[in-house]
Amino acid sequence: MNIPVRHATAATKLAIVDCDIHPAFRKPSDLYPFLPAQWREHMITFGEHLRQGLSGQIAWPRMSASGLRVDAFPEEGPPGSDLELMRRQHLDPNGVEVGMLMQLSKGGMEERNLEFAAALSHAINEWQLETFVKPEPRLRAGIVVPQEDAAFAVKEIEHRATDPSFSQIIISPRSSDPLGHRRYWPIFEAAQRCKRPIALHVQGFSGGHASTGSGWPTYYMQEHYAAATGMQTTLTSLVLEGVFERFPGLKVALIEGGFTWAPALCWRMDKHWERMRAETPQLKRPPSDYVREHCWFTTQPVEEPDDPQHLAEVIAWIGWDRVMFSTDYPHWDFDHPQHVFKFQPTEEQKRKVFRDNAKALYGLP
Amino acid sequence: MKVPIKGAVDCDLHPAPPTMEALLPYLDEYWRDQLVDRHIARYSFNLTSYPPNSPLSARPDWRQGSGLPGGDLDMIRRQALDPFGSRFAICNVLHGAAALFNEDMAMALCSAINDWVAKELLDREPRLRASILVPAHNPERAVAEIERVAADRRFVQVLMFAMGDTLLGRRPCWPIYAAAEKHGLAIGIHAGSTYRHAPMASGWSAHRVEDYVAQSAAFESQLLSFLAEGVFQQFPSLRLVLSESGFTWLPSLLWRTSKSWRGMRAEVPWIDRSPGEIIREHVRVTLQPVDSPPGDTTALLRTLEHIGSDRMLLFSTDYPHWQFDGDAVLPDGLSGETVQRILIDNPLETYPRLQDGAQISDNAASNKEAVR
Repeated sequence: MNIPVRHATAATKLAIVDCDIHPAFRKPSDLYPFLPAQWREHMITFGEHLRQGLSGQIAWPRMSASGLRVDAFPEEGPPGSDLELMRRQHLDPNGVEVGMLMQLSKGGMEERNLEFAAALSHAINEWQLETFVKPEPRLRAGIVVPQEDAAFAVKEIEHRATDPSFSQIIISPRSSDPLGHRRYWPIFEAAQRCKRPIALHVQGFSGGHASTGSGWPTYYMQEHYAAATGMQTTLTSLVLEGVFERFPGLKVALIEGGFTWAPALCWRMDKHWERMRAETPQLKRPPSDYVREHCWFTTQPVEEPDDPQHLAEVIAWIGWDRVMFSTDYPHWDFDHPQHVFKFQPTEEQKRKVFRDNAKALYGLP
Repeated sequence: MKVPIKGAVDCDLHPAPPTMEALLPYLDEYWRDQLVDRHIARYSFNLTSYPPNSPLSARPDWRQGSGLPGGDLDMIRRQALDPFGSRFAICNVLHGAAALFNEDMAMALCSAINDWVAKELLDREPRLRASILVPAHNPERAVAEIERVAADRRFVQVLMFAMGDTLLGRRPCWPIYAAAEKHGLAIGIHAGSTYRHAPMASGWSAHRVEDYVAQSAAFESQLLSFLAEGVFQQFPSLRLVLSESGFTWLPSLLWRTSKSWRGMRAEVPWIDRSPGEIIREHVRVTLQPVDSPPGDTTALLRTLEHIGSDRMLLFSTDYPHWQFDGDAVLPDGLSGETVQRILIDNPLETYPRLQDGAQISDNAASNKEAVR
């Protein structure tokens, strides 16, 4: 007997928090109304000033449709630019109760002219509010900051501090110095004071350093992988430079950088810190303690062992209270909430990963 | 736990690099003059990656006497060979020559070190084998040095650093792999950096311990480079050995590459099967350091299960680096079969030249003739 496939309705499914949704401009000029005249002219005349050879795309062209879901293109503009399509294709059918916007480009860290970067960041934040968050209360913005100038960044954070539309501060792990360096500490101080987590989302733009310790990779496959190694070294810097000792209220979400590497990295940090601890007297506890207390990891792109149970073991090592579901909509390697885990999590584990952990981290009702 | 059986092959042992004075007799007149006249010979060629007094660089009980740790053959025998019952040990001399920008000088020094290793170590202790030092930043020179030294079959591997000028899978490096494959030499990538690039994708870390932790990310990047460029397809019998790399990061890499390849295979069409399979077949990792929670046998055993192969691990002490205490060089809880694979079978399969070494050590009298 054939049983018709029945798609569960939002009402019968677990409502989820999606920790990684990417909005987009319908066209570049969408930003102009939010920029002062001077910077609008600058944008038109000079454009962005990046640390890479190509200005129109990254130097490792992405795979499928520039890295976007081919079914997510609206009639006009790129995927992620049409709120109505985002609702119809993702928020409604997948039961997204809260969606975290991850606005990546323009101003955050890739622009070399820091005054321009500050103006762009401010404009992007206004644009997120007007275009997405005000019309769609399920969405939350992230504060884009010109992270390479801490004073500008702190100003932008403080400007958004009382607005609950902004849930976190978006920082690129491809910074110009490792993020544990003191020049970023004012940003962490502001994050702690304003009670916003730092969202470390992988970035396609370089902050001025090669993506590996041996220089630049050749293929996109390698550059894509470097998102994971870059996230590992960024976390290493934050922990071993003592950021979490200095800012005990700081919380960090590591987004789209993989997560199954976390236990091994913690073991490695613990082992060699123990041997070398005279060098880092700022640390009072083993490195893994700080990770366990201060860090959250999002799932997409989820690693897929041949034996799905291995993934469950690794999540247990990280902590079921520290892993948060994300889709990366509308990017090509989108993870679907129904299919992300090939093993069968318990109901409690599902509630935590798909909803409760994010609600606790972001203080959502 | 202790090594329970005789005949282990220690795949990563570090005799102290020779002093410049010791090297002078192995250099030609031009380079002797250069090193002396320019006072180059008066200064050390220590690698920034291994500060001599750093705790990682030598175990406290292996810092004996006035000499350098690993700087004396009797000490190596007493501390590194006898206690573990090693039948062979592969010497990886971590010398700073590779960090020189001057490729001519780097080449001259690498050659001198290789000759010094043969005469001062290999000739005097039949259990020792060695890696060939090459100036990896000039593949043509590196190949010339491999061709010069390869006839001495006590050299079993070509040695390069985890962080250098470029990712090593790149096509300009391929002549090195052609030469290695032809001569039955493994390619060894060892922890350490020539600091041509920042050790982190976000720049220069402040502390030594951060650099050391970041070595595992560098090994991951090198592995991706070999994989994506198609080195293993071009050189099907090549073995890549990651030394002092740690290995508990491997499952995540195997899972991530096997998945992402499904979406990206069009970019690298020569990768004709799952990266996990290719890596398990071609790549080996040395045992020390064992980066797993002390006292938690389960975490390590589960990690080995996640790696999904008992063929990848090669026994190593990493002498005199401080990675373990006493004689507990093996992790607890390993089965007898796994121990046998790690200690003996895997190394012998990885380094075909050890097989003819087996005959040599059984017949010490003809030792010199057979290998020269």
